[in-house]
Amino acid sequence: MAEVDIKNMTLNFGPQHPAAHGVLRLVMELDGEVIERCDPHIGLLHRGTEKLIEYKTYQQALPYFDRLDYVSPMAMEHAYVLAIEKLLGVAVPARGQAVRVLFSEITRLLNHLLNITSHAMDVGAITPALWGYEERERLMEFYEGVSGARIHANYFRVGGVHQDLPAGMAEDIGNYIDGFHNYVDDMETLLTENRIFKQRNVDISVIGPDEAMDWGFSGVMLRCTGLPWDLRKAQPYDGYEKYDFDIPVGKNGDCYDRYLCRVEEMRQSCRIIKQVLATMPDGPVSSADRKVVAPPRAEMKQSMEALIQHFKLYTEGFKVPAGETYTAIEAPKGEFGVYLVADGSNMPYRCKIRSPGYVHLAALDHLCKGHLLADSVAVIGSLDIVFGEIDR
Amino acid sequence: MADDGVLQELGQHIGAVLADQVIATAVAHGELMVKVRGEHIVKVVTFLRDDPLCLFKVLVDICGADFPERPKRFDVVYNLLSMVHNQRVRIKIEADEQTPVPSITGIHNSANWFEREAWDMYGIMFADHPDLRRLLTDYGFEGHPLRKDFPLTGFVEVRYDEERKRVVYDPVDLPQEFRTFDFLSPWEGAAAVPQGLLPGDEKAEGQEPG
Repeated sequence: MAEVDIKNMTLNFGPQHPAAHGVLRLVMELDGEVIERCDPHIGLLHRGTEKLIEYKTYQQALPYFDRLDYVSPMAMEHAYVLAIEKLLGVAVPARGQAVRVLFSEITRLLNHLLNITSHAMDVGAITPALWGYEERERLMEFYEGVSGARIHANYFRVGGVHQDLPAGMAEDIGNYIDGFHNYVDDMETLLTENRIFKQRNVDISVIGPDEAMDWGFSGVMLRCTGLPWDLRKAQPYDGYEKYDFDIPVGKNGDCYDRYLCRVEEMRQSCRIIKQVLATMPDGPVSSADRKVVAPPRAEMKQSMEALIQHFKLYTEGFKVPAGETYTAIEAPKGEFGVYLVADGSNMPYRCKIRSPGYVHLAALDHLCKGHLLADSVAVIGSLDIVFGEIDR
Repeated sequence: MADDGVLQELGQHIGAVLADQVIATAVAHGELMVKVRGEHIVKVVTFLRDDPLCLFKVLVDICGADFPERPKRFDVVYNLLSMVHNQRVRIKIEADEQTPVPSITGIHNSANWFEREAWDMYGIMFADHPDLRRLLTDYGFEGHPLRKDFPLTGFVEVRYDEERKRVVYDPVDLPQEFRTFDFLSPWEGAAAVPQGLLPGDEKAEGQEPG
């Protein structure tokens, strides 16, 4: 029989595909159903955030960070304000730090709820997503309670947070968190031992610790390989060293371990939230340095000086002395960093946003190679990518 | 996190071993910055990855920065992380528009997309990069948007043309002039910041800004 030349098939996946988690376009080369090469085309949501930030004052640039990873907005704000505080040398009062940690952990719950459930939906289970969205909505009510917005909160400020928690909110959060583990248990009964879910995820895109480091992974993508690296423990910020929590790590570095790590991280976040609420100090939520932090509105209506400070801060903004810093936090998706160059004026000279999803997506070719086409969907789900932060 | 003394020592160690490559080291805000000669970046990053006192095995980030007034207008900034020693280091090199910078994709796989982005955003060329295509901008995009001389509004805008039944590119048409507001105060003097004048202070004396 004569030899037949079989050509590989090139498949275009996305950008409008429900499993692409936004606007991911993949150009795949397939040998039958096996992926030979996978080239992500990104940038369809590129809005030039870094360029826009260079034309805004430090305060005006803050809302852009909500719009990066729109699944976990406050975590992005956190990295940015920490970077500016480092350059300015502003200290945050204890209560301000506690409120930030509280909302960072609520953000982690928000993020993992969406990721786990949409990952499950990608591999065929729709119920977790329906249940998860309800819980997300209730957590976003806390966002709304402090900032007025469900998602794009714009709540963190240089020197603290914008406002104190409204009366009764601490108890509400505590009561909610007490019941939250029921949701996690319910979701686990749907997924953790589910035969289909395991068949789709176990031993898919296995990665080892050395590979993970070589590809620059962070967050769950790194911890699923067994490396207990978490910036909240290793390089604590805003008083994370005061709280007692564990870092879940995986054993096999596959999609299923990433799922398990995220579930356990949700339980650990609940632990942190309970501790924050139990030890919440009294006092102001933001620094009293009026060169940086605007006075409260009530004071502004009474005091001439406060009015001047308010006017100056909302027109000119504050000046940051020349210098540069790379400040990173443990965002729900991994290490989110801000490389900020200040030139002494009221606007950043350069603000590079280092997003974890970008690095993880860059390794997609490596992770997908040799897997079936249907597995690429599970891999993308387990990477936890959001295009707001990848395309910037 | 390491304190300043430890970082100073680490900086001295790097500076001593790589005496021909390192230009300067500095510690500021609890972060170590090492300035090196651009042509030796591969050697420096390899050393930092393999030296037992460094072990910077994770390349966290590469980014460009534009300083158009300098002869070599770009900075390329490498952020590295050592998990073993729990330390970070920032490597800086200078680059211009013509001379390619050696690519470090052979040392860290994660460098691939970072270098593509730096090329896309700044036009910094990387030699021996396996696949130096544009990454974030549109197919067929011209220019490098994060350069300081690239206007914020860009040059072209896209819209769907009903007659031609496709997306067309037109020159940017602004119904209102692009406005930049200058809020920099001429009154607040150098006393607030010890190192001297701040941008905007020259307006107090009526001089033209430089």
